[in-house]
Amino acid sequence: MAYPTDRKYTKEHEWIQVNGNAAAIGITDYAQQSLGDIVFVEVPKAGTELVAGKTFGTVESVKAVSDLFAPASGTVTEVNGALATSPENVNKDAHGSWMVKITLKNPAELKALLSAADYEKFVAEEAGH
Amino acid sequence: MRYLPKSPADREAMLKAIGFRSVDDLFAPIPAEYRLARDLNIPRQMAESEIVDYFRQRSRENGDGYTSFLGAGVYFHYRPVIIDSLISRGEFLTAYTPYQAEISQGTLQSIFEFQTMICELTGMEVANASMYDGSTAAAEAVMMAVRLTGRRRVVVARSLHPEYREVLTTYATHQGMPLSLVGFGDDGRVNRRELESSISAETACVLIQSPNFFGAIEDVDAIAEITHKNGAMLVVSIAEAVSLGIVEPPRQADVIAMEAQSFGVPMGFGGPYCGVIATHEKNVRQMPGRLVGQTTDKQGKRGFVLTLATREQHIRREKATSNICTNQALVALMVNIFMTVYGKVGLKELAKQNLAKAAYAAAQFAKHSKILFGGSPRFNEFVVQTSEDPRAINSRLLGHKIVGGLPLEKFYPELGNAALWCCTELTTRSTIDTAAGFVAESERSVRSGKEVGLQEVTR
Amino acid sequence: MKHMTRKATRHVSQNEGLIFEKSSLGKAAWKLPPLDVPAADATKLLGAWERRDLGAMPEVSEIEIIRHFTRLSTWNYAIDLGMYPLGSCTMKYNPRVNEAVARVEGIANAHPYQPEEISQGALRIIKTLSECLIEITGMDAITLQPAAGAHGEMTGLLMVRAYHQSKGNARKKILIPDSAHGTNPATAAMVSYAVENLKSDSRGMVDIASLEAQMNEDVAALMLTNPNTLGVFEQDIHKISEILHAKGGLLYMDGANMNALVGKARPGDFGVDVMHLNLHKTFSTPHGGGGPGSGPVAIKKILEPFLPTPVVVRRADGALAFEYNRPQSIGRVRAFYGNFGMFVRALAYIQANGPDGLRQTTEDAVLNANYIRKGLEGTYDLPYSTPTMHEVVFSDKLQAKKGVRTMDIAKRLIDYGFHPYTTAFPLIVPGALMIEPTESEPKEELDLFIEAMKSIAEEVEEDPQTVLDAPHSTRVSRLDETAAARKPVLRWKPAS
Repeated sequence: MAYPTDRKYTKEHEWIQVNGNAAAIGITDYAQQSLGDIVFVEVPKAGTELVAGKTFGTVESVKAVSDLFAPASGTVTEVNGALATSPENVNKDAHGSWMVKITLKNPAELKALLSAADYEKFVAEEAGH
Repeated sequence: MRYLPKSPADREAMLKAIGFRSVDDLFAPIPAEYRLARDLNIPRQMAESEIVDYFRQRSRENGDGYTSFLGAGVYFHYRPVIIDSLISRGEFLTAYTPYQAEISQGTLQSIFEFQTMICELTGMEVANASMYDGSTAAAEAVMMAVRLTGRRRVVVARSLHPEYREVLTTYATHQGMPLSLVGFGDDGRVNRRELESSISAETACVLIQSPNFFGAIEDVDAIAEITHKNGAMLVVSIAEAVSLGIVEPPRQADVIAMEAQSFGVPMGFGGPYCGVIATHEKNVRQMPGRLVGQTTDKQGKRGFVLTLATREQHIRREKATSNICTNQALVALMVNIFMTVYGKVGLKELAKQNLAKAAYAAAQFAKHSKILFGGSPRFNEFVVQTSEDPRAINSRLLGHKIVGGLPLEKFYPELGNAALWCCTELTTRSTIDTAAGFVAESERSVRSGKEVGLQEVTR
Repeated sequence: MKHMTRKATRHVSQNEGLIFEKSSLGKAAWKLPPLDVPAADATKLLGAWERRDLGAMPEVSEIEIIRHFTRLSTWNYAIDLGMYPLGSCTMKYNPRVNEAVARVEGIANAHPYQPEEISQGALRIIKTLSECLIEITGMDAITLQPAAGAHGEMTGLLMVRAYHQSKGNARKKILIPDSAHGTNPATAAMVSYAVENLKSDSRGMVDIASLEAQMNEDVAALMLTNPNTLGVFEQDIHKISEILHAKGGLLYMDGANMNALVGKARPGDFGVDVMHLNLHKTFSTPHGGGGPGSGPVAIKKILEPFLPTPVVVRRADGALAFEYNRPQSIGRVRAFYGNFGMFVRALAYIQANGPDGLRQTTEDAVLNANYIRKGLEGTYDLPYSTPTMHEVVFSDKLQAKKGVRTMDIAKRLIDYGFHPYTTAFPLIVPGALMIEPTESEPKEELDLFIEAMKSIAEEVEEDPQTVLDAPHSTRVSRLDETAAARKPVLRWKPAS
């Protein structure tokens, strides 16, 4: 799997795509694969403050629940409403299915995140265990 | 021991196969000092005939043969015999929770039908597969509203069953959910002015019961308006399910927490019963308890499965919506069969008979004593206030194998000599007349200042 | 498939739609007696609250109802059909005398508020069962009020909290081993305690060093299942309770696996302060497709003031009565007195067994589990070789190499005429097969089970696809749980 280079990644398998002061957040293809069929995505309402490294929502498969961790701090501006009725979009196209959009509070936080290449290496190691 | 399917030779052969010399080897993992070296001090092994005899004796000490005017959350309705015939089938009685859907379709489909009928009767969109009982269902419904609103304060009607209130208090105490009580007015219903002042922007929900503990039907629409105006949720507890046959369900409620005992479940000295939570679709992910959903198999054939399990404790552990694990499947099956037997027309006719009996009884009692909260619409319960302590009247009635209404002094001291009476379709006119006669006699004798004698009232 | 015919064979099963699909106007299965009082004018009495329509409630006849539910019943597996080896569920025989005595008139039709003078029979049942359970557990007092095991856990932890509170500090957390049931952490959260996980050691027991390191004055209690969910007796139980008690903590025992101990060892003797029992497991009350249960909580004397109200006491005149005035009580956890109907059944079970029967029951339960372990060792991976009590846990490690997982083997077992074991639990064993035969299985049934499991293991080697596609013999094949969760259909709706 080639991970898009237009974004940054977390070790908890979220991606964040920055556009000026705004950013979109989703989960990686590796994450959707290990979760299996996703049946529900729970994210906070617009206006909610996210804190880098803290949980902000959950992704559910039939028999598992995974927390979503914020790659960066910021305020939720928009929620991907399509996922409420079609959570399978995340399975079909994880990198094209953003979950929330935020306004970044501290863009400097992004420096701590992984590049596409580093993430790919990280995933390869994790899968090897 | 007659339940154990092994001969001494079987045990011997099995021990040998495992490579153990004796049964003691099997228990070697338990440190010797903790192994019990004596017989348990419990009754000796009894024959089946002795066991049956033992419980028949207990039955005779337990009000067998008495007629009762007790309701207050537990109702004596007729149970069609097919309920016990059907639930006694081993495939229902001795099956586990239907986790393995392929060999549990019977239980699953019946729960799906149960959920559907509860929705029809309550006017809600989704209902769960059942909860322990009405009291814990009410507490769980409140916790659900707390999660949904993100608020913590709870307003509870004093006209809610007092024991439900006690259960909620136990649940709420350590969860940082402050409870405040709202009293009832002269009509025995929630005091709306008091409600207005006790509700705030921090209120998660208002919990009421309708028909309430006094049998009065609450003005749910008005209460819902006050509740919703403040952004809170309305949780309505229904303790007398048969009322749904003739009383409009609380459609304005956000969550309904119900006790379905009236639908074919024996009173059984308090349990097991069948709680249910019903709500709107949008709230389903915060609903506790099991849910059955429809789906298809690989060939496209309709089938049913337990679904939305990620809400539950075995997956979410400490983050689950509740720790609830069992439901009341077999009791829910009784309820399901009862609802199916009476159906659309029968439930209405059944409810009408209850309404008629209680109306007749209240009219008889009203001739000689005071009916409290008489102005409110009610279903099959009413409060009678007497001059004499109702316990004294009841003890005379007991001599005639009649259990009178529930004295309310323990729960509502301010109501004085009041008792809660209930009539169902099984209460006969002659019993009502007899009981009313005792009350009349009590009033007459109090007025004339003399002790009442049994001979006088039974003449 | 070579052994299949020994235990099960296919036979015709009836199709049956939803009850709503059989409904039509004017059919009825009810008949009320003539009303002996004047008919009520609902409109006058209820006004705007009169209900006019009952929606899609069904209208069917009695024979249709009998056939409907009888047909549905035949789609279920049950203990009455054969072995039901769900681990930690204790699917034992449900004696029929229990059902008979629970239906005796004065027991089934007793109202919870009827006067105590005509409730002496029920009170005596409560008292006698309480005394038996106190003796069996070696504890000092008990409440029968909790409606199920998880409810009992909540009640027990509320008493733990009240106890610590009475000493001035409610404490902050509960230690829970990683092998525990999901209800344990969920319960701790409901009682506002934080959960701290405790590691298991290589024997599958509580890691004593970790316990020592994690134990401090913030810990209210350790929730321990013993034997634990691996079917292993915590041999260091004495040390565990010492470590806890030294720092003022309490030992809570989840009694889910009490079927391994009754008559052989008593938790009260090995340091347990509070525990719940599952009458629907150990004491033979029927599971009924998922309830009702009953979860009494037995306690040591130090916790007695905190018992839920009411408590049954003997008055000076010898009569039994409910006592409500208990100022330190945690309050009620349920309306009335608990699932009384289950008390009746559990007491009948204890009476049918007596001390000798209960001991033999436990011995047979442990013998059966060890017999299965011996029979399947080698065929399936045994992750912990520690001695087995009443249940044994294998893993799918050997079969996973062929892409076959525990759930697939479980589904294939259905084709062989058995209910599956518990899959994927406890969480500390990846791909767990958790097997609890109980005492109710004769040697012949155990041999068939072992044979079936071995046969499936062979199939995994020769023809894994057959196992992966199982079950093949049921009315429905594997159901689409993903679709059910994505677009939930939780009720039937009339065609519009």
